[in-house]
Parts: sequence; structure tokens; C-alpha cells
Amino acid sequence: MGTGTELGRVRGLGSAREGTHHWWHQRLTAGANLILMLWFIASVARLPGHDYATVTAWLSSGWAAIPMILLIASVFYHARLGLQVLIEDYVHDHKQFVLMVLLNAFTIAGAAIGIFSVLRIAFTGAPA
Amino acid sequence: MAEFTLPKNSVIKKGKNHPAPEGAERVKRFKIYRYDPDSGENPRYDTFTVDLDDCGPMVLDALIKIKGEQDSSLTFRRSCREGICGSCAMNLDGKNGLACTTAIEDLKGEIRITPLPHMAVIKDLVPDFTHFYAQYASIQPWLKTVTPPPAGKERLQSPEQRDKLDGLYECILCACCSTSCPSYWWNSDKFLGPAILLQAYRWLADSRDEMTGERLDELEDPFRLYRCHTIMNCANTCPKGLNPAKAIAETKKMMVERAV
Repeated sequence: MGTGTELGRVRGLGSAREGTHHWWHQRLTAGANLILMLWFIASVARLPGHDYATVTAWLSSGWAAIPMILLIASVFYHARLGLQVLIEDYVHDHKQFVLMVLLNAFTIAGAAIGIFSVLRIAFTGAPA
Repeated sequence: MAEFTLPKNSVIKKGKNHPAPEGAERVKRFKIYRYDPDSGENPRYDTFTVDLDDCGPMVLDALIKIKGEQDSSLTFRRSCREGICGSCAMNLDGKNGLACTTAIEDLKGEIRITPLPHMAVIKDLVPDFTHFYAQYASIQPWLKTVTPPPAGKERLQSPEQRDKLDGLYECILCACCSTSCPSYWWNSDKFLGPAILLQAYRWLADSRDEMTGERLDELEDPFRLYRCHTIMNCANTCPKGLNPAKAIAETKKMMVERAV
């Protein structure tokens, strides 16, 4: 590895040949977030009441549960992509690795809990 | 982690005061960053008061006058004095620009002049461009083709194809944009920065160049290209009125076009 010259350092280990999908998915999920969030706000606003029974009854329908699951997936995926950029921007030592592991663990666990909760209400009508 | 404060040996101290010559009526104060690595001292701000009735209209005129009459040790780069060489790029009252194309009267009050931000300083207003130039070399800024050159003729380009290079070929590599970019401040070791990415796009946009795919391969990297977060400081500061952010956006569109 040509670390003995300035050009060698710039060329480094070469291009990673990735980043386009990250960039594209961040924009794709931003669009999905916008549409699904508008659906979510409109749906909740249009509910006849906001008591426990009404909301769980609404969420047990496929028309509500499926977009809700998509919303959870899109939001957590988008957050993971965005926070990854933040970590890459500002953290340059070994802490970067630790933070990335924590970020992945948090987003996967958060999305899993959210999706499981929706499924539980949808299939059993019982809270998670 | 990114550094947000100056290291101890870079803290700027108060320096010398050079008053205006006696009898000067219309004066302007210049607060100029000074650093001499041989002295072993911290950098300092020297203040020079210049008689505007005996000075050219541009900031570069004042710097040359100060060097000639008040302190010959003041060090800065300059050459063409008409905005085409890019040598006198520096930070003028908080905004990067060329000293030769910035009028003194357009800057209000005391004018603070520092080197381009977040670059290693060689002396006074002279930053170290070694890494910046190596990054430029790394994108191989020359025409690359598979087709052999036509015998005894130029490689032809239609006027429409030539138009695609407008807004790109004018770049003088003064580094005002790259050194105004926060992403370049934090990650210049790997991020190529707006100036070099605009130059890279200049060859992606050239109808005669046949190495577009290879060039995109070299750029497709989370750091080399995708550290650009569309902050737009580059377009805001460019003394030639160019838009590096647009060139980067066009490059990203080409990346998506070939991948999606």
C-alpha cells in the first residue's frame, strides 16, 4: 500500500464501490416516510374516538396493520441510514465500530418490537 | 472525533499594530493572521491601517501595499491579480474568496483576513495544498479514450456537447469551495471535496471521454463522493460563480442511473 507518497495515501485502499444504494435507499425511505406518515396522521385523526378499544379495533384490520408495519420498517431503516452517516462524519476512532453495532442493534430491536406489537393486536386483538 | 476547538499551539494571540502614515484621511484597518513556523510562537493577529487614498481598490492591492510599506515579512500567494490563477484565495471577513477580485469597499468595518479554513498553514496566509493537489491527481484529470486519436485531426465535439462543459471548465482550483465545506473539514483525508468532484464531473460530462464507467467506479465510495450532504457552502462561496454542488448531484444521478 503506497502510504509513502501523498498520491498513494489519497488512493489508499481504493474505492469501496458502494454508497449508491445507501444514498438511493435513504431518499426512497424518505418518500415512503412522507406518504405513510400522512396516512398515519390522517387515519388517527379520522378515528371516531381515541380510547383503547377503538384504536386496537382499527389496528387489527389489515388496511391499518399492513401500512403500519411498512411505516415502522421504513422509519427505522431511514433512521439507521441517517445515523450511520452521522457516525461516519464525526467519529473516526474505534468508537465508530462500537456505535455502529449499537445502532444496528437498536434499530433492529426497535423495528422488531414495533412490528410484533402490531401483529399481536392484528391477530389476537390483545396488547403486546 | 471531530475537533471543534483549536489546539493550544494554534490559539491566535494579539499581535502588533501598524498605524497609518501621518496625514492619512480615508483609512481602513486590516486584521491579518500571522504565523511563522520558525519563530516557535503561536499565531497572532497583526493590525495594519492603510491609507485608502494611496491604495488600489482590491484587497490584494492593500496586501501588496502592506508588504511593500509596513511589513515585508507578510507572506501570501498571488500572481495574476485578475481572478484567473486562484493563488490569492483566502478567508476575507469570514468568507472564502480571491483577494484580487474582492473590493475593499464591499467589506464593512475592520477587515479580518485569515488563511483558507481547516488547512495546515505553511506561513501567514499560505496554506499547504499538497493533499488537495494529490486528490486532484487521483481523479486523473485528462482525456482518456479507447478509440485511437483520428489521424491528423482533432477529436470533434458538437456545440451542444461543448455546452455541457460550461460551468465546469471555468474552475481555477483555488480551493475556496473545498475549504468552506464542513464535510471536507471533518473528512478531507478521504472525501474528495467539491473542487475535485467538480473537476471529476468535468470529465464525466465530456463527450470525447470514454472512461465514464471507470471514473464512476473510482468515485463510488461512502467517503470519496457520498460525504457530500448538499450543504451548499461551495456554491455560495465560489469566486467564479460556479456550482460544485450541482456537479456532485449530477454525478450521483449517473451513479443511480447505472445501478437502479
